[in-house]
Amino acid sequence: MKLRDLIENLSLEVKTPGANLDREVTGGYVSDLLSDVLGNAHEGFVWITLQVHLNVVAVASLKGLSGIILVNSRTPGEDTLKKALAEKIPIMTTPLPTFELVGRLYALGLRCR
Amino acid sequence: MNPDSEGVFFLTGKDFTNAGAASSNLKGILENKGVPQSIVRRACIAAFEAEMNLIIYAVAGMMRYYITTDMIKVVLQDMGPGIADIELAMKEGYSTAPDYIREMGFGSGMGLPNIKKNADKMSINSVAGEGTTLEFVIYLDQNANRNS
Amino acid sequence: MTLYEIKGILNARILARKDDMNVDIGRAYCADLMSDVLAFSITSSLLITGLTNTQVIRTAEVADIKAIVFVQNKRPDIETIALADGKKIPLLVTDFSMFDTCGKLYERGLRSRSGDTDF
Repeated sequence: MKLRDLIENLSLEVKTPGANLDREVTGGYVSDLLSDVLGNAHEGFVWITLQVHLNVVAVASLKGLSGIILVNSRTPGEDTLKKALAEKIPIMTTPLPTFELVGRLYALGLRCR
Repeated sequence: MNPDSEGVFFLTGKDFTNAGAASSNLKGILENKGVPQSIVRRACIAAFEAEMNLIIYAVAGMMRYYITTDMIKVVLQDMGPGIADIELAMKEGYSTAPDYIREMGFGSGMGLPNIKKNADKMSINSVAGEGTTLEFVIYLDQNANRNS
Repeated sequence: MTLYEIKGILNARILARKDDMNVDIGRAYCADLMSDVLAFSITSSLLITGLTNTQVIRTAEVADIKAIVFVQNKRPDIETIALADGKKIPLLVTDFSMFDTCGKLYERGLRSRSGDTDF
């Protein structure tokens, strides 16, 4: 499923204008620990987190993740957004808490395998 | 060793704004050299974890890289405070990170294990009170040289 | 749903309070960071986490958390398990990732906030 479909389905707000939303999403990973994502997430996964500092962009870029979804209406800082645009990593936000967002991604068919 | 390319990045302790920049630069350099994506990924994940360790725990240091036709070698050297127990530090989940570091999502004790996982060879030496040197190598020809 | 059902859904093993599997769980909350666990917005629920330190157990007691599920086979040490046992907080552990754990429980109707069927 494409990132675009997720965004539409879950009414996610896209914070990075011009980002590639036609990227294929291969699964999902939820963690607020960066080394955990570096060690376990797979290429193409969408990353669900509440971390907003710019290192999340570096991690997403290094792992080839399809995008970052910030939960609980967290907003990325200016420098995080700038880096996300430069690295072409889509950042989206949702007011949903993690449990709900993940539940709905799972219902759409995404898995963490 | 006769590197085709080598360079150095200087790293400052607690400089979270620029943390990750060195690994990011290394990524660009490797990609420009046409290194296969899978190797770039491994090298840069290991470099990132090493860079973050230095920035989180050390006063200051540097990351040197060497690229030859056979391998990528990265050496990080810092000016302290050094690691008291390396064996403990290598254990998954073991961390000496303060709370504010953990709240940023670092310090979960997986950095060194992640480096080991991604590299073909890794060595780490440290003198408590003085500093740490971490070195890792990734071979470009994975069939010939990968250690099991 | 009961802890017994949750155990089944997650193929979980019981680490503490195995006789309390009939405890009813109305809500679930997942957290990876101590500050999140401490947020106290998670009262009376099931905590899903990878954090295995004793601080999590003490927080669970104060926040009136009913039970804890550790994901990705993350295991607390003996002292932590004993502490939970003493405080009557059941502990479960599952091999599933945080993502799949939340997904499976959500699929069976569990939510973060009671009374909501959907957002």
